[in-house]
Amino acid sequence: MNDTGLTDTAPAKITARGVQVYYGGTHAIKDVSVDIPDNTVTAFIGPSGCGKSTFLRCINRMNDTIAVARVEGDIRIDGEDIYDRRVDPVQLRAKVGMVFQKPNPFPKSIYDNVAYGPRIHGLAKDRADLDGIVESALRRAALWEEVKDRLAQPGTGLSGGQQQRLCIARAVATAPEVLLMDEPCSALDPIATAQVEELIDELKQNYSVVIVTHSMQQAARVSQRTAFFHLGHLVEYGETGRIFTSPEDPRTESYISGRIG
Amino acid sequence: MTDATRGNGRAGQGSLLVSDARTARRNAAERRFRIYGLLAVSIGIVALVVLLVSILANGASAFRQTTIRIDVPLDAARLDPSGTRDPAAMAGVTTFRYAPLLREGLAATIAAAGIEAEVDDRALDEMISDESVAQLRRHVLANPDLVGQTVPVEVLASGRIDGFFKGRVTYASAELDSNVTPEQLRLAEELRNAELLRTGFNWRFLTAPDGSDTRPEAAGLGVAILGSIYMMLIVLALALPIGVAASIYLEEFAPQNRWTDVIEVNISNLAAVPSIVFGILGLAIFINFMGLPQSAPIVGGLVLTLMTLPTIIIATRAALKAVPPSIRDAALGLGASKMQSVLHHVLPLAMPGILTGTIIGLAQALGETAPLLLIGMVAFVREYPDAPPDGFFDPATALPVQIYNWTQRADPAFVERAGGAIIVLLLFLLAMNLTAIFLRRRFERRW
Ligand SMILES: Nc1ncnc2c1ncn2[C@@H]1O[C@H](COP(=O)(O)OP(=O)(O)OP(=O)(O)O)[C@@H](O)[C@H]1O
Ligand SMILES: [Mg+2]
Repeated sequence: MNDTGLTDTAPAKITARGVQVYYGGTHAIKDVSVDIPDNTVTAFIGPSGCGKSTFLRCINRMNDTIAVARVEGDIRIDGEDIYDRRVDPVQLRAKVGMVFQKPNPFPKSIYDNVAYGPRIHGLAKDRADLDGIVESALRRAALWEEVKDRLAQPGTGLSGGQQQRLCIARAVATAPEVLLMDEPCSALDPIATAQVEELIDELKQNYSVVIVTHSMQQAARVSQRTAFFHLGHLVEYGETGRIFTSPEDPRTESYISGRIG
Repeated sequence: MTDATRGNGRAGQGSLLVSDARTARRNAAERRFRIYGLLAVSIGIVALVVLLVSILANGASAFRQTTIRIDVPLDAARLDPSGTRDPAAMAGVTTFRYAPLLREGLAATIAAAGIEAEVDDRALDEMISDESVAQLRRHVLANPDLVGQTVPVEVLASGRIDGFFKGRVTYASAELDSNVTPEQLRLAEELRNAELLRTGFNWRFLTAPDGSDTRPEAAGLGVAILGSIYMMLIVLALALPIGVAASIYLEEFAPQNRWTDVIEVNISNLAAVPSIVFGILGLAIFINFMGLPQSAPIVGGLVLTLMTLPTIIIATRAALKAVPPSIRDAALGLGASKMQSVLHHVLPLAMPGILTGTIIGLAQALGETAPLLLIGMVAFVREYPDAPPDGFFDPATALPVQIYNWTQRADPAFVERAGGAIIVLLLFLLAMNLTAIFLRRRFERRW
């Protein structure tokens, strides 16, 4: 089963081999191997609790912050082992951005939320430069029109969907190479969803984007490759079109057609 | 109705216009709870009011003091026998020589005002505070040129005369009192009618050092207030940074293992240790072992720091724990280091809680008496400590110790002083709490 994730086509940006994740006694990710190519959108789908978020958090080592979590196996970005002792997770996370499943804006102004990443990484030469970064990030996250007149107001005062887009803008502003998005559209209306999907499509010019979604249509619309997780296993991985039209595994088929929930 | 609401497995049956039995019962329970709550709050407020009223009734008069204006002839022959006006030579003249001057001045002032006094010299002497004689001498030594002139001075009336105008001493009590006679009281009243004696705001109570057992009218809080302020500065400067750093380390960086559990339990225990134990510790370590001076604010401050640390650590850890983990994730996910995520996001959010804990700790420390008794801060100190940092090593007292000290003295006039000192202490606490509220507001407005 563990060779379903391997491809031999496009050059892989992220390669995972035999990844196991344990939360204390719970075995959450079971022997997952996958190659995620550059300049593509990869969708992770699967029933709730199957380990999509957990695997996503392995890629930027956010699982390090959970005391009980233990990650085994080998994950490489551009051929470099990110769990190597010499790797500083802080540096890794500047390279691998993340949008969390629950919107978590800082209790600061909208502007400061977006400007925080560029500030700590010294991406802006001066104030005007920073203003430009903030504006373009907010525009790309389809939030600019709604907030341009109240950039000084707290980001926590926005609606749930606006907060989600604010978090997307915040992640985009640091210009990462890989962007991990955990259900970025779960609280968005169809129009905002379409705008975020447009952003994702645009991002794949320069980045490798991994997106977790519960919407089959969304996976079909935005992604080039799809991975189906079930109970901690990577069941099937391949071209999005093929997964949705002719899944090889019966579990994939029943999930896609709505029989596993 | 009951049939409709009992056991048919469906909520909310029947008319909405009639409240069913279950709802009525729930509402009654809620009403009862509100009454209990109101009762509890009322009891608290009544207790507070009784406390404040009794303290104010006892202590408010300490802020007023009776003084007599006397024209004192500074007789050159007696004060400066050498005639040189040299302060060094005049320093040889003791207060013993000044007392008659004041008395004579008072007698002359009385005569000039046309008041008939039926009191002898000794009685006149007794009406003036001994403190004033010493004060006059200091004044003259500082300004030797005054010798030979007649100068008007405002002197403290003795404690009994002062008490008469505050209602503590009456003609009836004076009959039985060996320290004051009804004649003296009558004279005092006439002096007041002639506007030579008046009762005004008592600045000396806030600025003067302590007075001896026989001079309650001269006793002030100056040294105690300075000592308390010095100790609070030391506690703030040490306990806040140490406590916050320790909490941040324990909460954000330390691995969660048996050792951190042990430390956590011990910090909680430390917070519950009786304060006198800290006093013994301070005596043993800071005075006997490290050789720091007794009665000094530095020792008091260090002991109170040890006492305050657990309070600050516990409050700070609770405040840090209350910051949602998603905020830390957000910062880390953007590539912030742990330190950045703590300093930029977690700490500002925890700040209101930290400030509250710090102020509570400081307030406790300000009112703490027992450990200070052990390190000798109860001494009778007449000299003001120097300005910090040198002053941290000079002898001083502290507000609560001064209160304790005054309540131990025989003269009932000290009861009033103690009450006044309690009011000052409460005002300090009020000021600290207002500062805390102000700071909390400021920090909260930022997000
Ligand atoms: N911090 C944690 N501690 C312990 N167990 C966890 C933790 N986070 C996740 N798990 C467990 O790991 C498993 C996978 O969780 P994960 O959050 O990765 O699921 P998911 O696929 O993202 O689900 P969803 O679609 O609902 O977000 C679940 O069984 C969950 O209970
Ligand atoms: Mg998830």
